[in-house]
Formats: sequence, C-alpha cells, structure tokens
Amino acid sequence: MSEVEMYKRTPLEQDLFIRRSKETMRGQVMMFSLMIFMTLVSFTFVVAHLQGVEGFTKYLVIPLLFLFAAVQVALQLFYFMHMKEKGHGVPQMFMFTGAVFAFLIPLTFVTIVWW
Amino acid sequence: MSSVAQKRGFGAALWDWMTTVDHKKIGILYLIGGGFFFVVGGIEAMIIRLQLLKPNNDLVSAGLFNDLITMHGTTMIFLAAMPILFGFMNYIMPLQIGARDVAFPFINSLGFWMFFFGGVFLNVSWLVGQVPDAGWTSYASLSLASTGHGIDFYAIGLQIAGGGSLMAGINFLVTIINMRAPGMTYMRMPLFTWTTFVASAMILFAFPPLTVGLFFLTFDRMFGGNFFNHTMGGNTIIWEHIFWIFGHPEVYILILPAFGIFSEIFSIFSRKRLFGYPAMVFATVLIGFLGFMVWAHHMFTVGLGPTANAIFAVATMAIAVPTGVKIFNWLLTIWGGSIVLTTPMLYALGFIPSFVMGGVTGVMQGAAPLDYQLHDSYFIVAHFHYVIVGGVVLAILAGVHLYWPKMFGTMLSETLGKITFVFFFVGFHCTFLIQHWLGFWGMPRRVWTYMDGQGWNTANMISSIGALLMAIGVIVLVVNIIMTTVKNVRVGNDPWGDGRTLEWAIPSPPPFYNFTQTPLVRGLDTVWIEKQEGNKTGLTFAEPVQDIHMPNGSIIPFFMTFGLFIAGFGAMFHQETSWGLPLLIFGLAWTFVSMAVRSLQDDLGFHVTKQELQRDIDNANKGGQN
Repeated sequence: MSEVEMYKRTPLEQDLFIRRSKETMRGQVMMFSLMIFMTLVSFTFVVAHLQGVEGFTKYLVIPLLFLFAAVQVALQLFYFMHMKEKGHGVPQMFMFTGAVFAFLIPLTFVTIVWW
Repeated sequence: MSSVAQKRGFGAALWDWMTTVDHKKIGILYLIGGGFFFVVGGIEAMIIRLQLLKPNNDLVSAGLFNDLITMHGTTMIFLAAMPILFGFMNYIMPLQIGARDVAFPFINSLGFWMFFFGGVFLNVSWLVGQVPDAGWTSYASLSLASTGHGIDFYAIGLQIAGGGSLMAGINFLVTIINMRAPGMTYMRMPLFTWTTFVASAMILFAFPPLTVGLFFLTFDRMFGGNFFNHTMGGNTIIWEHIFWIFGHPEVYILILPAFGIFSEIFSIFSRKRLFGYPAMVFATVLIGFLGFMVWAHHMFTVGLGPTANAIFAVATMAIAVPTGVKIFNWLLTIWGGSIVLTTPMLYALGFIPSFVMGGVTGVMQGAAPLDYQLHDSYFIVAHFHYVIVGGVVLAILAGVHLYWPKMFGTMLSETLGKITFVFFFVGFHCTFLIQHWLGFWGMPRRVWTYMDGQGWNTANMISSIGALLMAIGVIVLVVNIIMTTVKNVRVGNDPWGDGRTLEWAIPSPPPFYNFTQTPLVRGLDTVWIEKQEGNKTGLTFAEPVQDIHMPNGSIIPFFMTFGLFIAGFGAMFHQETSWGLPLLIFGLAWTFVSMAVRSLQDDLGFHVTKQELQRDIDNANKGGQN
C-alpha cells in the first residue's frame, strides 16, 4: 500500500524456487497427458460399443465412463484448480459438504416422494 | 468523520446512510429495518389475538385472518428475526475478529437493500389489498388456488429478500475465513463469531433450495408453469419438501446466532470463561449438520411411510443431544461465577428454561406417532413460539441491551430494561404456555374463530392478555430507547466493565476504521487476558500505525435492487396488462446496467493516513477514556 517492500531471494531460495516450479510444471504436463489419454480411452470404449465389439456391453461401458469422468473431475480440481496445495482446506470442506447434500437430497427425493 | 465533528443537513445524512458500505452502519440499518418489520408483525399478532379473544368474534373476516397469520409468520421470520440478527452479525462479528470491515463491503450493502426492497414489496400487498393468504409455508396446492396477487407478492418479495440473505451469508463466511486478526485461530474465535460462521454456512446451503422453490412457484403462478400442478403431471408434495429443506435449517439459522449472543452474555456477566468452549463449538457445528437431515419431520402426516418417518424421527431427536450439551455448558458457566444481574443477563437466565420447554415439546413432536395427534393443533403454535420467542426474540432483546452502548455510545436504562424484561417474559409465558393445552383440547391452528362451549374461552382470553403484556414490554423498550437517546450520556470503551472480546477494547461507537492498528490475539477472550495481565487498554497491536485502505461508499446497490423491485411488479402484472412485460424487461435492464456501471468503474477506495490515525489516538489518550 503506502510502502512497497522489495524482497530479494538468496541464491539458495532461487534454486529451490526454480526446482519447485519445474516440478509443478512437470506434474501439470503429466496430468494433462493423462487426462487426454483417458478421454481417448473413453471414446474408444464408446466406438467399440457402437461397433458391437464383443464384451463392450452397455453395462460395462456406462459405469466405466462414469468412473473415468469422476477421476477427471478429481484431477481437474486437485491439479489444475490447485486444491492439492496448502490453504485449500476450507474450500474443500465446503465443496464436499455441498456434494454430500447434493447427493443425499435427491436420494431422499427418489426414495420418499410419492405420487 | 470520526475526528472532525461536522454539522450536516438531513439530505447529506440520508445520502450517507443510503450509500454506506461500512459494516457498522449497515448493521444499524438492518436493525432499523428489522425493528420496523418487527413492529408491523407485532401489530398483526395483536390483531390475531384480539380476534381470538372471545368465541364467535367478528373483528376481522376469515379471509383477512388468513392474510394476518400469513403475513405475521412471513414478516417475523424473514423480515424481522433474520435482519435483526444480521444487524448484530454485521456490527459485532468484524469487531470480534479484529477486522476493519467485512470481506465484500459493496455486497454487504447490496444484501441490505435487497432485504429492504423485498420486505417493502411483500408489504405493498397490504396497500393493494391482495395479501398472501396461504400461511407462511405457502403449501403449493393452496397457494396455486389462491386468487388475486397475494401469493405473487410472497413469491417475488421473498425471492428478492432471500437473495440478500444469501449474499450476507457468503460475505460473513469469507470474512471469518480470511479476515481474522493475527493469532485469532478458529478455536480462539468468540462464540458469537462461531455461531455466525455456522449460521452463514447453513444459509449458503439452505437458501438455494428456497430460491428454486420460489422460482417454481413464480413460474407456476405467473408464467404458466406446472411444477406443482398435479393435473398437469406436476407434484404438489415437492413444494413441501423443497420448502422444508430450506425451512428447517432456517430455524437453526435463527437460533444459532441467538445461542451466540447468550454465550457472550453468560460469559461476561458470570465473569468466567465459557465452560466447555470446544464442546460448544462442536455442538454448534453438529447442530448445523443435523439441521439439514430432519426436514421431513414437518411432514410426518403427509404419508411418507413408516420407514422414512422413523428415520427422520430418530434424526430429529438426535439434535437434542448437542443442544443439551449447550444448555449444560451455559449452566456450568454460571455455576460458581460472580454473577451480575444486568438486563441482558436476566434475558439469558430467562432464556434457558423457556428454550428447554420449547425443545422438549420439539422432541415430543419428533416422535412420529405422537405427531399425528399434535399435528396442526395449537400445540404446534405453542412449540414454535417457545423456541422462536423464547430463544430468538429473547436473544434479540438481550442483544439490544448488551450492544446498545457499543453501537450508540449510550447506556439503555437498566431499570426500564428490567421492566421490559418482566412484562415481556411474563407476557410470553402467559400467551403461549396455555396454548399447549389448547392444542391438547383440540383447538386447530389457523382457525379464525371458534364456537362457544368447547372449553377454549378462558384459555384464549389468558393468551390474548399475555400478548398485551408483551406489547407493553416492547413499548417500554421503545420509551427506554427514546429517553436514552435524548439524555445522551456518553460511555467509555467497556461500559459493562467485564468485556472479554475485542469489541469492548475500542471506543463506543467505534471509529469508522474500527482498529487504529490490527490487534494481536493471544487467546480465547483476548481482552480479558490482557486486562488480567495489567494492560488497561485490553489490546496488544500486531502492527505499527500505518495507512489504512478503506472502501468508498456507493449508491449502486440501491439502484440495482430498485431495478429488481420494479421487475417484480412487471412479472406480477404481465399476464393481465400490456405494460407488465415491458416493465419486467425495463426493471431487469435497469439492474444489469447498474451492474455494468459497477463493473466498469474503477473505484479503488481511499486511504486513512498515518497522521489522521495518530491524531485520533492522541485525542483518545487526552480525553482519558477508559
């Protein structure tokens, strides 16, 4: 605000900073490739099902797609939206609470709302 | 500002209040707005009790009686209890955590104006003569069948006000998570801040269902939707579920801040640390969670089946456990304390037995088989008035007396305060205790009159007399407020002498920037700790005096909300008039233009300089305030 403070990193800190950045970048690229690979696999499943390849029934493909989707959501949240980093405990808690409510309330709706 | 006393005209003062983004001023606005609607709802209640004073009474017609009970319930919950509690949260919570304002001052102001315009919208129905008449729960079959625009006022008015509540809740959450002073860990937060936190989290999860439900209702009534119309494939029961998924957490949203206020009071006036603080925090959070798991206990008689009823009955009774933990912790806080019987403490002491009675009748209704007997009888009326009046309203009255000196710098008369308490407390029990028996004797709720010779005459008479006593109590409070304001005897930082938390270590009323320097928090009840160690000011600072960045005021929230207010009328009349649809579009466009103006303008706020702060500090030291 009123006073701008300049802080100079020591060479050691600079090294650490660069190493951490590299690691983060490597992680991002790896996860990105993994997600693209999973997307390809998902499409392959669907194509295999449509082509009538033996074994790729509806009951295998649909649950697998959901599983892959869940993994992708988790990767997205934790890697690309930084939820794995420090200081994200409270947002995590609120998101998980919301997810629990969003699951439980429709569950009761389909079980006890009649007519 | 604080250091330079200026004489201003009325117009300038009004402009200042309309554009303010200061959490303290918005808190006071909430209290004034909520107080106004409290009086409106109270007058409706008095007319209800007058109508039921004697059998076969014809003071009001049956239709008007429906209007009265609907508006009494809606007004008291949405426009009186919630805003008044928001007022306390707004004013006190940032002070308690050592912050200079809430996280989003602009949104705070927007939240207030949405509540205000929503409330005005709802009450315009009285002027038009088409008033909501389907009960405050507005069950769908009834509300869809209701003629006139009454229910439209309900749906749109609550939609606007509800949006304001959601904003306030999110704002408080972000404030508490991000803006605590150094050293203020979660487990050092005062209990009022904790309950504000949990109540805000509940608002975050509970208000979206209400928004959805109200939109469904709006579409069904005004835009040809069929969500609740069973002849068109809709489902009328869905409204009940959606409403109570919101409605049950709502009552905990009301009672938790009340618990917070009482926790502060017990601790201050027993001159003891709150007994079992971690257990209190845990109980608060647990109540917050369980509050979402019990909504169907309002619907036992709908026919969910024995399994669902049993599950919800057990969940309901489970809530009694954390609540019991709280009650015992309060009792053990008082136990062995050096008790000062001030007005707030009287309210707090009166609250414990009153609320326990409300809780016990709640567990009775939680037993599904018994609920079949009690459903829709006066027993229910007695129960929820015992928890809301015996819990929330007593807390509001106690909070007014406790925090008045902090907010306005003058002390309310203790004598008149105690007179208020006696009248209100006696009147409250007189009104509602007997209603339990009226329920047992078979009197259904929401009836506009009753026949002679059913044994209900005396009980109703007693109940109405009690309502009168409560009204006298409130009038004495108003007199007290006027007298105190006229006398204007200024008080110091800690008028009660035993303040424990940060708000009692700064001037009353606090300067607009709250703290000259951000305080360092050294434990639970940090001011008390400092005072025990001989630090008379009660504060240790975490930083030197430096420039403070503060937000500028803005009139835009007022205009944004005004657009929604106009759009509401457009939506309501668009089916029968040609100007309805243009008005709806115009109102929404007005709001969006206001939002665009806000987004495009660069408003970076202003700085309070070091010199100004130093001058304020020197003045305070010279003035010799304690």
